[in-house]
Amino acid sequence: MAETSGDLRFEGITKKFGDFVAVDDLDLTVPQGSFFALLGPSGCGKTTSLRMAAGLEEPTAGRVLIGETDITGLRPYKRPVNTVFQSYALFPHLTIFDNVAFGLRRRGVQDFKKKTQDMLELVQLDGYAARKPTQLSGGQQQRVALARALVNEPGVLLLDEPLGALDLKLRRQMQIELKRIQTDVGITFVHVTHDQEEAMTMADTIAVMNHGVIEQMGTPAELYENPRTTFVANFLGQSNLIMATVTGRSGDSLVVDCEGQTIEVEASRSHVESGRAWLGVRPEKLTAVPTGREDHAGANVLTGGKVSDVSFVGVSTQYLVAMPWGEELMVFQQNTGQHTPLGHGDTVDLVWSPGHAFLLDAKQDAHAGMMTPEDDE
Amino acid sequence: MTSTAGVPPVAPEPVVDGETSRRRGWGWLLLVPGMLWLAVFFLFPTVQLVFTSLYDPSGSYETGYAMTWHFGNYADAVRDNFTLFVRSFMYAGIATVICLSLGYPLAYAIAFKAGRWKNFMLVLVIAPFFTSFLLRTLSWRTILSDQGPVTSFLQTIAVLPDDGRLLATPVAVIAGLVYNFMPFMTLPLYASLDKVDYRLIEAAGDLYSSPLTGFRRVTFPLSLPGVVSGTLLTFIPACGDYINAELLGTPKQYMVGNRIQAAFLTEHNYPLAASLSIILMAVVVLMVVFYVRRAGTEELV
Amino acid sequence: MATSTAERSTAGPGTRPHARRSVGRWFANRLVLFIGILVLVYTFVPIGYIIALSFNQPTGRSATAEFDAFTWHNWASICEPDGLCDSLKLSLGVSITATILATLLGTLMAFALVRHSFRGRGASNLVIFLPMATPEVVMGASLLAMFVSLGFDSILGFITLVIAHTLFCLSFVVVTVKARLTGMDSRLEQAAMDLYANEWQTFRLVTLPLAMPGIVAAALLAFSLSFDDFIVSNFTAGQSVTFPLYIYGSKLKDFPPQLFAVGTIMFLVSFVFVIGGELWRMRRRARA
Repeated sequence: MAETSGDLRFEGITKKFGDFVAVDDLDLTVPQGSFFALLGPSGCGKTTSLRMAAGLEEPTAGRVLIGETDITGLRPYKRPVNTVFQSYALFPHLTIFDNVAFGLRRRGVQDFKKKTQDMLELVQLDGYAARKPTQLSGGQQQRVALARALVNEPGVLLLDEPLGALDLKLRRQMQIELKRIQTDVGITFVHVTHDQEEAMTMADTIAVMNHGVIEQMGTPAELYENPRTTFVANFLGQSNLIMATVTGRSGDSLVVDCEGQTIEVEASRSHVESGRAWLGVRPEKLTAVPTGREDHAGANVLTGGKVSDVSFVGVSTQYLVAMPWGEELMVFQQNTGQHTPLGHGDTVDLVWSPGHAFLLDAKQDAHAGMMTPEDDE
Repeated sequence: MTSTAGVPPVAPEPVVDGETSRRRGWGWLLLVPGMLWLAVFFLFPTVQLVFTSLYDPSGSYETGYAMTWHFGNYADAVRDNFTLFVRSFMYAGIATVICLSLGYPLAYAIAFKAGRWKNFMLVLVIAPFFTSFLLRTLSWRTILSDQGPVTSFLQTIAVLPDDGRLLATPVAVIAGLVYNFMPFMTLPLYASLDKVDYRLIEAAGDLYSSPLTGFRRVTFPLSLPGVVSGTLLTFIPACGDYINAELLGTPKQYMVGNRIQAAFLTEHNYPLAASLSIILMAVVVLMVVFYVRRAGTEELV
Repeated sequence: MATSTAERSTAGPGTRPHARRSVGRWFANRLVLFIGILVLVYTFVPIGYIIALSFNQPTGRSATAEFDAFTWHNWASICEPDGLCDSLKLSLGVSITATILATLLGTLMAFALVRHSFRGRGASNLVIFLPMATPEVVMGASLLAMFVSLGFDSILGFITLVIAHTLFCLSFVVVTVKARLTGMDSRLEQAAMDLYANEWQTFRLVTLPLAMPGIVAAALLAFSLSFDDFIVSNFTAGQSVTFPLYIYGSKLKDFPPQLFAVGTIMFLVSFVFVIGGELWRMRRRARA
């Protein structure tokens, strides 16, 4: 058995299926004890990366390490790594007890009965030991899959879309549950998902993957507040992207010309030095104010907007504002009673604080990472 | 059976599966013993049979046959036995169609209408066929005989003339074929109907005005793999069968199988028997390939 | 998919506007079941004959006539007709041996085809399919020709029968086991490997138990195909007599009524076997 603890590291990992490059020269360190999410759309290489950590897939190039131990060539059963499979892969011919005890028995653990019982209690399934997987509900099966992997106390637990098959309410519940269990056991969790909300709810650190490479890695707040690419800006939440030109510098900020109006963006949030750029602002960061109503000292303002659509969604009201250059921008306003409700056709200014926008490379696709209807669920 | 948990997996990664579920390596070695068996006891004798079919027909069992690449054997075989071939494929074809029209309602009833009696009905489909095929065919001979109940009944209701008979007619032979190959039709049909989501059939009933249209547009296409394998598993053995023709018919109803059997085992006319066999096999394989192409089911085995 | 419409239609038949249509539908529903049952009854007609005749005391020499008088004699004297029980023994021996061989070889082949990729899979599939597309009379004839040309005339019998039976069962075994394996989720084996089972343990603890229903079904199919085979056996048996050959041999001269008793036993054994298996499965399900 290899060393059971330490950081999980990918060094220069590449995986090709024929001509298709699933994972492209990936370098990644997952710190020991963290809850780490690999987030990306279908086919981005996240599951392939996970399977290479589990030993179910062999990398075309590169190394996988746990601590200082190279596990690249080890067979799956020699690795201190366990997996919660997509749609669980519970053994249908074995009882719940035998499913959970499977790994312990293979390793010849003496008190496997007690450990299995304890683990079933932890996931609140102690009354179900004698049943078969098909007699359990989706949520229960999910917990068995988790118990079956966790009971082995692996150095790293891999979760492949573990909540994908559950309905929304159960998924929310399990997200909190998983987070709690991870905090309790302190094992490194690597969680693969295409659901940005799930990743943000649970993970300490998220790596956003696209086309086999990591676009950006950081805490959920970092990724959301300061995305580096249009893909991240669109894949995590929603963003307004406006074509702009960097014209100069003023203190810690870049001065930007945006369709003839001057805007400032903090230099630490600018990923472009000069020339054309995408100016990005999250819809909830914008405030729509009837034209000429207020003084906006110190804030960025875009004038000349016209409300083209209003939808009331309870906690907030979502506006579409048509700008003079033809683009429609999204504005989400909390229904706190502090904002004047706006009507269709009202002329408005859009106001935001300079610390809330970001500047991205203009060569990137403004639609990258947007949810297409069939991805949505 | 595909997803163990009974819940469909969400957003599968398209690239991964299939590529990895099959390992490259020495796995093909598992194929070797079985393939050897097939090569030695099937391919080799078949090739040998092709050679036999080209022997000089003027030889005999006693004097032996000389290899003269006598392709004329084929022409002779077809010319002398043309009606036998036509009759064989006609009987087998009719029997297959009847099997399908009887087996389909049965399979449909078991799959969707039997409820908790489903498995019991399946058992009933198979059970009779564990009794010897010859015994069953001989029973039919009794049942269909001139004094038997079916003939008398049909004579009473005047479907059959008073001196009419069933035994020793094409009807009896085809009925025997239908009877004996029935489970080969019913079971594949059941297997593919059982996989169909019944809600789709209900939806069809909802979308199309007549149940018949719904059946034609939805149920039948969905069960097509079963129809294809069922008809093949019925048609192929029926083509080569000679027991039904022998026990339920007369030489007037004989099929190619009877001729091959006689040429081989009683006349010892090996070149003739071999060319008849090769022709039969070639025609069956061609029909199967054509049929499978038309039906559009790719993987046959 | 079609869920919403399906729900609507299941709610439909009970409601009033559809009343007339639903009467028709009620009838149509039962009609299919009725036809199905009729077909089943038809398949049992000869079985009824065989069972009835197994209690018949024939007056003449030939037994395939009508019911004359009731007797237990046929049941009490099954082995009385010359060679009947020997033919049964031979048939059992051949079928069991051929079943074991075909199941073993066929299962290995199915595993190779489903679980491994290699060049020539297409050709292998064709070679496996061809015996199924070959009429039995052709297969029997070609085997006999080969045995004769190789000078096996003297050993025609048990060995040649086993060779021939294994051959025609093999493809059916491959197809049956393959169907089961194709439906199996390869993730289950990956999960086992992930849980510290090495290749052999994975096979023994996960793959084999999951493939077992397919393998058992294949073996049953092979056995019934082999036990009942007449055509191929007729070519390859030489002087030995299997049970189907015995029946065939009896059909013209004395037809011993004991044959009907044997037929009835075959039916009953298989029936008890299959029904028993079904009951066992139901009980296990109920207990779980």
